Amino acid sequence: MTERIRKLRARSLRAKPRLSSERGVLLTRFYRSAAVNGLSVPRQRAAAFAYLLARKKVVILPDELLVGERGPAAKATPSYPEITCHSLQDLDILDKRQKTPFHVSAKTRSDFAREIIPFWTGKTMRERLFAHMSSEWLEAYRAGVFTEFMEQRAPGHTVCGEKIYGKGLLDLRQEIKASLQGLDFFNDPQALARQEELQAMDTAAAAMIAFGGRYAARAREMAGRKKNAARKRELLRIATVCGHVPAQAPRDFREALQHYWFIHLGVISEANPWDAFNPGRLDQHLLPFYSRGLADGSLTSEKARELLQAFWIKFNNHPSPPKVGVTAEESCTYTDFALINSGGLNAEGEDGVNEVSFLILDVIEEMRLLQPSSMVQVSKKSPDAFLHRALEIVRTGFGQPSLFNSEAIVAELLRQGKSLADARRGGASGCVETGAFGRESYILTGYFNLVKVLEITLNNGRDPLSGKKIGLETGNPEKFANFTALMAAFEKQLGHFIDIKIRGSNVIDRLYARDLPVPFLSLLIDDCIANGRDYHDGGARYNTSYIQGVGLGTISDALSAIRHHVYTRKDLAMGQLLESMRLDFRGAEKTRLLLQNKTPRYGNDDDAADDITREIFEMYFRAVDDRPNMRGGRYRINLLPTTVHIYFGKKTGATADGRRSGEPLSEGISPVQGADRQGPTAVLKSAAKIDHLRTGGTLLNQKFTPQLLAGEDGIVRLGQLVRTYFAMNGHHLQFNVVDAATLRAAQKHPEKYRDLIVRVAGYSDYFVDLGPATCRKRSSAAPGTRSSVDQSITT
Amino acid sequence: MQPKGTIFSIKKFAIHDGPGIRSTIFFKGCPLRCTWCHNPEGISPAAEIMVFPDRCLKECADCLVACPKNALKKRGGTIFLERNKCVGCGLCALSCPAEALQLAGSRVTVNEAVYQLSKDTAFYRNSGGGITCSGGEPLLQPRFLQALLTACRRQNLHTAVDTCGHAPFSDFEKILPLTDLFLYDLKIMDEGQHRRLTGVSNRLLIKNLQKLSLLAPRLAIRIPLIPGANDSAAATAELADFCASLPRRHSVHLLPYHRGGRAKNKRLGQFDSLAETRVPAPAAIQKAGEIFLKRKLTVKIGG
Repeated sequence: MTERIRKLRARSLRAKPRLSSERGVLLTRFYRSAAVNGLSVPRQRAAAFAYLLARKKVVILPDELLVGERGPAAKATPSYPEITCHSLQDLDILDKRQKTPFHVSAKTRSDFAREIIPFWTGKTMRERLFAHMSSEWLEAYRAGVFTEFMEQRAPGHTVCGEKIYGKGLLDLRQEIKASLQGLDFFNDPQALARQEELQAMDTAAAAMIAFGGRYAARAREMAGRKKNAARKRELLRIATVCGHVPAQAPRDFREALQHYWFIHLGVISEANPWDAFNPGRLDQHLLPFYSRGLADGSLTSEKARELLQAFWIKFNNHPSPPKVGVTAEESCTYTDFALINSGGLNAEGEDGVNEVSFLILDVIEEMRLLQPSSMVQVSKKSPDAFLHRALEIVRTGFGQPSLFNSEAIVAELLRQGKSLADARRGGASGCVETGAFGRESYILTGYFNLVKVLEITLNNGRDPLSGKKIGLETGNPEKFANFTALMAAFEKQLGHFIDIKIRGSNVIDRLYARDLPVPFLSLLIDDCIANGRDYHDGGARYNTSYIQGVGLGTISDALSAIRHHVYTRKDLAMGQLLESMRLDFRGAEKTRLLLQNKTPRYGNDDDAADDITREIFEMYFRAVDDRPNMRGGRYRINLLPTTVHIYFGKKTGATADGRRSGEPLSEGISPVQGADRQGPTAVLKSAAKIDHLRTGGTLLNQKFTPQLLAGEDGIVRLGQLVRTYFAMNGHHLQFNVVDAATLRAAQKHPEKYRDLIVRVAGYSDYFVDLGPATCRKRSSAAPGTRSSVDQSITT
Repeated sequence: MQPKGTIFSIKKFAIHDGPGIRSTIFFKGCPLRCTWCHNPEGISPAAEIMVFPDRCLKECADCLVACPKNALKKRGGTIFLERNKCVGCGLCALSCPAEALQLAGSRVTVNEAVYQLSKDTAFYRNSGGGITCSGGEPLLQPRFLQALLTACRRQNLHTAVDTCGHAPFSDFEKILPLTDLFLYDLKIMDEGQHRRLTGVSNRLLIKNLQKLSLLAPRLAIRIPLIPGANDSAAATAELADFCASLPRRHSVHLLPYHRGGRAKNKRLGQFDSLAETRVPAPAAIQKAGEIFLKRKLTVKIGG
């Protein structure tokens, strides 16, 4: 790490996230002004974007090579009052809360009180959205049946493709011109709408070019004042770079990174889209610049490394916009999910691992930052050296990079109708979501609580936590003749709530298309320019809506317990079970343990449980897959939780797997915490029994101790685990290498850590099955390893 | 009629019992009584109950009802087993919701065992792994072992046998063509000391090893490093000299003693003979390794 990077990194780590009123105030002033009058909505949005970029503070931080901040300083995070206008009470919460706080200064508070709140109250997307939802939707939402991603943040959920590395914004303006000339005012009733949208895109492109110019000017001005000759030279170089990109296509490695960064800032300043924005297949994009630079002597690998590290720090300076309420609970993190992909296949289907892929791995290891997130795509063609290098970093306990199956990603995208080349240029973003990078709008609409639907089914349509009837009356469960009848009732209930969710999402789709177009983002995603349509309005080549199922492990175990004890062994009557659950197992610990310990459970490669997992998966798939959305695309499923399994857990009463009311649900497609007792191979086999290729991503989290993975052998075995899971079509795998602190917690609450495997000399064993002396020994071991538990969240 | 065997566990993702990712099947019953045994539940050939009193539920007495021999009592809210009455039928463990009672030892057919062992075939294939028969002592159940290895061969699974060597050589001969790798345990060269600490003479196992060294397709020698038993420079040198004197060169795995077996002793109601034994220090392990290296033997720490 160079001295410069050491300083930049330390400053980024030191900077405290705080709320900035800059964007909110500027946007308010624009919308209050006469400039809005007479403009169509897309052109208003573009003009607001231009107003913002022309006036916001231009910041070049000390020692920087790559420049550009969304706010007036590092981690000064703007608000997006046109989408969500934080109340004064929200500001207090943001300032004071334990998890992911944002400091709110007196000045910011007064800006909100005087300018922002009075203007935006009653005009925000959030208020409009809830006002348009049916009472059924609102009740289900409040009960924790599902969440809604777009209630505080714009859709986004997309990734930049390769286009920008060959084109500057001036080139895109030329494309807009051509598209405008091609409009058919004789036959196309949408021609006017397209014209307005294209003009909005043009304004947005011009605004960003001007913003680059402001950075160039600022750098020149700072250089004029600088005494230090070296820094002066650097600033002049910054001025040259920013005078070229983003207007024109980048010419070298450094310009490529700066170009992307301007584009990134544009997307996250225009709106607060989910997953920020993301350079996607960074090693593929940078390779030509890297090779050329090395060949002509203008770049060295050390210089490239330094620039990449500076790029990493830029991401870390930008926390996800402050979230409140349910959204804060479902995604409780500063991470904004920019997930950088390395490895995989190129568009021709060849091995995509290159020198830059390895360079990126070095950067991940050395930077050890929360942001950006990183992953490696592993294809059958990826060399072991690449996988092993990635696993070495995983082993340090940082939780990054996560591992993805390229062949699965391609197959998933092909099934959804993408071309082979588009599929191979794709990858995973956010947590694990599959997408065709640069060409797809793939929106996550919200998490869906499968376990809650079972709870409502077992209460004949009533939510036992509120006592309200919010579902269908699918029958008194005590009268069900057999397990099949229960499953049929569940499927009916599931269909009911999926309908509610999809109906709501279709309305929200249209609200964003109508009221909140994003002309700048539309510039970047094909074929918005060619179609003359906004990203939010189906302008992209592919348009997918995902509903993310949550609690697969918990619902499998709960249903397995019911089948096993109520219908097969008949050692527990349905009435008695329901009563125990109603009492949250108070006075029924024996029943709880019976359900927990004497039931076939998901994650043990036992078909007695895994058959139920498969059946639930199929029901969920049938309920959602291939239904049309309002952008010309289809609904698909994926299975991931971020932190929502904790929120949903709070909203779900005791379950038949022995889980107490309020405890978290299982996460992703991982087994219930502690339910898997047969080791990692059994977990992977259970997880591979659902058809990953019909999803848009699944999340599987595995815990290991550093000891188990020690030595070259540990890495090789781990690599073989990964390859085998991927050979079985598994989509994603991540490893938590657990450290001493966790082991101490495991010692205190062994029942929660039954799945924790530790390496003892000569063999491996479950931690809880070791004697207390060994446990103590183990937990004092492994100095210098850090847990991923608090470092990076589970997705 | 397929032969049945008594096993006490099948462990998947075994990565220290031979090459690749493996499943290890633990045979119950062992002719040796090593004081440092880390699998004491593998010693007796009969099924036994392991007791975890801290898991026992105060208000529950299901096991007392389930036990046909009246071998269980509740004392101070927790469970107590009178081992002289227990026949190891396992009904108590079956009834216990809290997993405070667990059965070590179940009778399985070859088919049942192979079904479990072949579940991870995909992992073996990708890692050059397979199955390992361990214990206990697998050769104490020679017919079952032979049938199991035959069945595994039919499934094209790589086979390893982890043995203490104390068995008639004729039994080794039967499994020789069915075993890809022997993991052969060697403890102490001094016969008196061996007898004292393991309960048997080492003559037979030394003779068997000398023969197997020539005949086995692959063989690795596994030596536990037990402070106070075989970790003196002289005892280690004797072991190394013997390994070097074998007709073929075999890699040597040094397995430093760990205390994993002690908690199990307690659960089995057995005397903890190693309460004072310490885990070898990394420097001591290093030093022992060098003694073998000096004799041009390949040494690996751990399995």
